[in-house]
Amino acid sequence: MSKNLRVKTSKFIDETTRISFKFNNKTYYGFKGDTLASALLANNVHLVGRSFKYHRPRGIMTAGSEEPNAIVQINDGTALTEPNARATEIEIYEGLKASSQNCWPSVNFDIGGINNLLSPLLPAGFYYKTFMWPASFWEKYEYFIRKSAGLGKSPTKPDPDIYEHRYIHCDVLVIGAGISGIMAAKTSAKNGLKTLLIEEKPNLGGSTIYQNSDHFKINNQNSNSWLEKEINEIKKIQNLEIKTRTSVAAFHGYNFLLARENLTDHLPVEQRKEKTRHKLLKIRAKKVISATGSIERPMIFDNNDRPGILLSSAIKRYTDFFGVACGEKIILLTNNDSAYETAISLIQKGINIEAIIDNREEVDSKLIYEVEKNNIKIFKGYTVIDTSGYKKINKVSIMKLSKDGQKVVGSKINLSCDCLGLSGGWTPAVHLFTQSGGKLKFRDVDQVFIPNVYPSDQLSIGACNGDLTLDEILSNTSNSLKKFLNIKNTEYENLEVVSSTNKFKRNIWLLPSNKILGKTKSFVDYQNDATAKDIKLALREGFRSIEHVKRYTTTGMGTDQGKLGNMHALGIISETAGAKMGELGTTTFRPPYTPLTFGTIVGRNVGEYFDTFRKTPIHDWHEKHNAEFENVGQWKRAWFYPIENENMHDAVQRESKAARESAGILDASTLGKIDIQGTDASEFLNRVYTNAWSKLAIGKCRYGLMLNEDGMVYDDGVTTRLGENHYIMTTTTGGAANVMGKLEDYLQTEWPELDVYLTSVTDHFATVSVCGPNSKKIVSEVIPDLDFSDESFPHMSFMNAKIGKISCRVMRISFTGEHSYEINIQANYGKSVWEKCMEAGKNYNITPYGTETMHLLRAEKGFIIVGQDTDATMTPIDLQMDWIVSKKKYDFIGKRSLYRSDTIREDRKQLVGLLTDNPNEVLEEGAQIVANINKSPVEMLGHVTSSYYSPNLKKSIALGVVKGGKNMMGQKLIIPMEKKNINVTVADPVFLDKENKRLNA
Amino acid sequence: MFIISCPYCGEREQSEFKAGGEAHIVRPKQPTELSDDEWAEYLFMRKNIKGIQYERWNHIHGCRKWFNLVRDTSNDEIKSVYKMGEKPPSI
Ligand SMILES: [Zn+2]
Repeated sequence: MSKNLRVKTSKFIDETTRISFKFNNKTYYGFKGDTLASALLANNVHLVGRSFKYHRPRGIMTAGSEEPNAIVQINDGTALTEPNARATEIEIYEGLKASSQNCWPSVNFDIGGINNLLSPLLPAGFYYKTFMWPASFWEKYEYFIRKSAGLGKSPTKPDPDIYEHRYIHCDVLVIGAGISGIMAAKTSAKNGLKTLLIEEKPNLGGSTIYQNSDHFKINNQNSNSWLEKEINEIKKIQNLEIKTRTSVAAFHGYNFLLARENLTDHLPVEQRKEKTRHKLLKIRAKKVISATGSIERPMIFDNNDRPGILLSSAIKRYTDFFGVACGEKIILLTNNDSAYETAISLIQKGINIEAIIDNREEVDSKLIYEVEKNNIKIFKGYTVIDTSGYKKINKVSIMKLSKDGQKVVGSKINLSCDCLGLSGGWTPAVHLFTQSGGKLKFRDVDQVFIPNVYPSDQLSIGACNGDLTLDEILSNTSNSLKKFLNIKNTEYENLEVVSSTNKFKRNIWLLPSNKILGKTKSFVDYQNDATAKDIKLALREGFRSIEHVKRYTTTGMGTDQGKLGNMHALGIISETAGAKMGELGTTTFRPPYTPLTFGTIVGRNVGEYFDTFRKTPIHDWHEKHNAEFENVGQWKRAWFYPIENENMHDAVQRESKAARESAGILDASTLGKIDIQGTDASEFLNRVYTNAWSKLAIGKCRYGLMLNEDGMVYDDGVTTRLGENHYIMTTTTGGAANVMGKLEDYLQTEWPELDVYLTSVTDHFATVSVCGPNSKKIVSEVIPDLDFSDESFPHMSFMNAKIGKISCRVMRISFTGEHSYEINIQANYGKSVWEKCMEAGKNYNITPYGTETMHLLRAEKGFIIVGQDTDATMTPIDLQMDWIVSKKKYDFIGKRSLYRSDTIREDRKQLVGLLTDNPNEVLEEGAQIVANINKSPVEMLGHVTSSYYSPNLKKSIALGVVKGGKNMMGQKLIIPMEKKNINVTVADPVFLDKENKRLNA
Repeated sequence: MFIISCPYCGEREQSEFKAGGEAHIVRPKQPTELSDDEWAEYLFMRKNIKGIQYERWNHIHGCRKWFNLVRDTSNDEIKSVYKMGEKPPSI
């Protein structure tokens, strides 16, 4: 096994730096510059995993991000572990640990391999057909399926890495730094455009950078040397930013792209500390140039998936770039000239080629002549029909193709080998182009989809545009750049180019076999084990849409999104269904192009940075006094203040009792506050609230209800008239921003003639609310200059006052039903005024209370909380708040909707009080309410919206919405719970002090 | 993500804006005189066109101004942007 297949020094590999790493617990060595795949191949390790469904042994197939098979778990058992990493993209570092996925107990002996023998029982749609029935068995099936299937293990520990997001704006973004990308970046930057060049690999130059052959020359130099000079030049250009190890994940509309820059994955773990691992780049480019290249196609025949079978272009890359031989007896199977480029590289490095099997008959090609000169046997007009070798290929069987390519003829020839290269032609990498909304067209001559209609200011050049030979790439790229960048000329117009490829290709999507299809395993999607047989079965079973066939057979649904085999799937479908490729359409490639980690997507928005949160000016005091907090919108509000070991219930009971018996104090700073001014301010309030505002005297406060145009309650709060043309409106804490937005909307769009100005002043004021029978004594001590007599400062009125030198607004309003005052002061004095009230209230046992007690106190009074006792389906009439709907006003927002046929129904859900028969039984909020439990189906009448144990009434109280509840006073209803049914009686929602005596107590 | 040219501020990212539905649906001046059907037409009925659509947008994280734009909903191309009260361009 530990044979050394490193053949010749490569300048891309640093052989002076030896790196040790572990694969499946065995130590191997590679060099700096190796990928995990190249290092394993150098050690003659091909078998790296098992396939998903049949658990067939699988090897490294490619040398890039399109890899379907060689996906591994890295650093298993640590917080840094990552599943589904492609061995072809992992740069090795000292200490790297990688292991095979999807095999148990080991990659060499895998229990799931039994599926391979059972494969006649596992056709397309097998999971759908078998495990869906009977439904109750699914749990049992799932256990076994999950144990023997699945791709990798997700990490169980918190991610210790740092991720960042960065915005980039540029004139031109070039994706891909192959030869055409380099040309584009240089041309763009040299014309003064701010240019960003992105390349997914660690180095620039694509496949041309190792194309060292007399057959491919530019200006009398081999193409690799020419390109190397270009690369050295672009590195010096000021306005060109180059990012390697960066892959574009998504290409959205308006040239908005997401890319992941990988900064530390190639470093030994100890060198990564404190460094950002990945950066998510959010790129907005005026122009985008895609130079994403193309992906070589495999070929579809029986047993085309054994370890040792690679793409021909991958063999070339491993040879030329990494200096690694993929075998010692290599056979190439091709339908075009590309395999001969690989052959020439192998010949240069002295690697033995057993034979080349070419689907084509005689072709006039300089590349073929060169290979023939080296006495390599070429089987022309032949194809591979089968392979053997369980954990590594050891033999191929070939036969002659018939003239029409539909069948094989003559006798079978067996050839031994240890590696098979496949070259089925090229698929332009149009994934990002289609993500952006681009439309493709089908080119019949070589059966490829190429960009046709661009949805934004963008261009595709090079192989991704269907230019697949060196001469085409150079001339077409230069011409397109001139037009696209609107420039007179490029440096690339008079190049002397030698390009020896003959473009002729003999495309056969599914190669014929000497066996019937049912007896073959010709893999189309390697990662998901979808075969040509599965696709044909799906068509026989009546599936026609390409998207349906994809889902039924799972073709293209792996982590690689079928980058290798999707075209063959389409080809087989079109041939079988007799439809033209261009008309069939393609499946959709969705972002991300290659998988992204969650860390990259989330960036810095983790933990306390997950969302912004808002604190009141008094927050520190609450914290110091042991408050528990709850989130209300983005606000952190004091929820309750436990003393010693109190639980929430105990704390809330104590706080509510204190507020009613003596004094309570609440931080109400989070309530929304909108300053309203202008000569039409009163008229404006008339239109947005259900009740009348014109007659509200200066210095008075009024409660208002705001509806949506559909008549449903939207928000509520108290508004105070500060002056002739000046009001301050309060809104709910959570609704503040939306109310502001809604008011602005009406002012700007429906009633622009009104002279009204709105300013959000929520953050400008702190609000200290003191309530209870002793509140007047406390507040008058804090503000000694103010006359607190009921005559001069009655309920629902407002006074300007001073606390020392600080101006404040004092409102006598109440949300608890108690005599109470709200002191509004400039926010930065909030804490000191709060502390003054605490000091003044000392002798009255002033008790700070949080939102939970506030909710309880208002529920005792039957005051609603918009959003808790209402959803967007409750009218004021439903809430039994008819008193607040003006009959006299001609119009207000939502008025007309209050007498639509639906809103006047008697059986709408209406707000009622609920009292449990057992006064100690507290209902669960959200519980269903029914009348008759015996008649099924049981009719749901409504649900509980608010429920508490009231220490002041010494019983359980609740609010709920019930169909027709208004007319059910005194009626018995049932709350069915998991373990018992709770009997309740419909009651008045005002449980305490219906006469409002306490307000003036 | 679109780039929207606010008529007051210029080009900004879509994330600064809030969409406000179909444009040029005028709130009836005398709602009380409408039948249920006529009121429902104003309240609920929207065209949701595939193609050229006139829409309301608000530069909510910017100048907070409402304005109208014309968008091709099939490819998100914004054809025109104009202020509230201005005549809709014919496209
Ligand atoms: Zn603006």
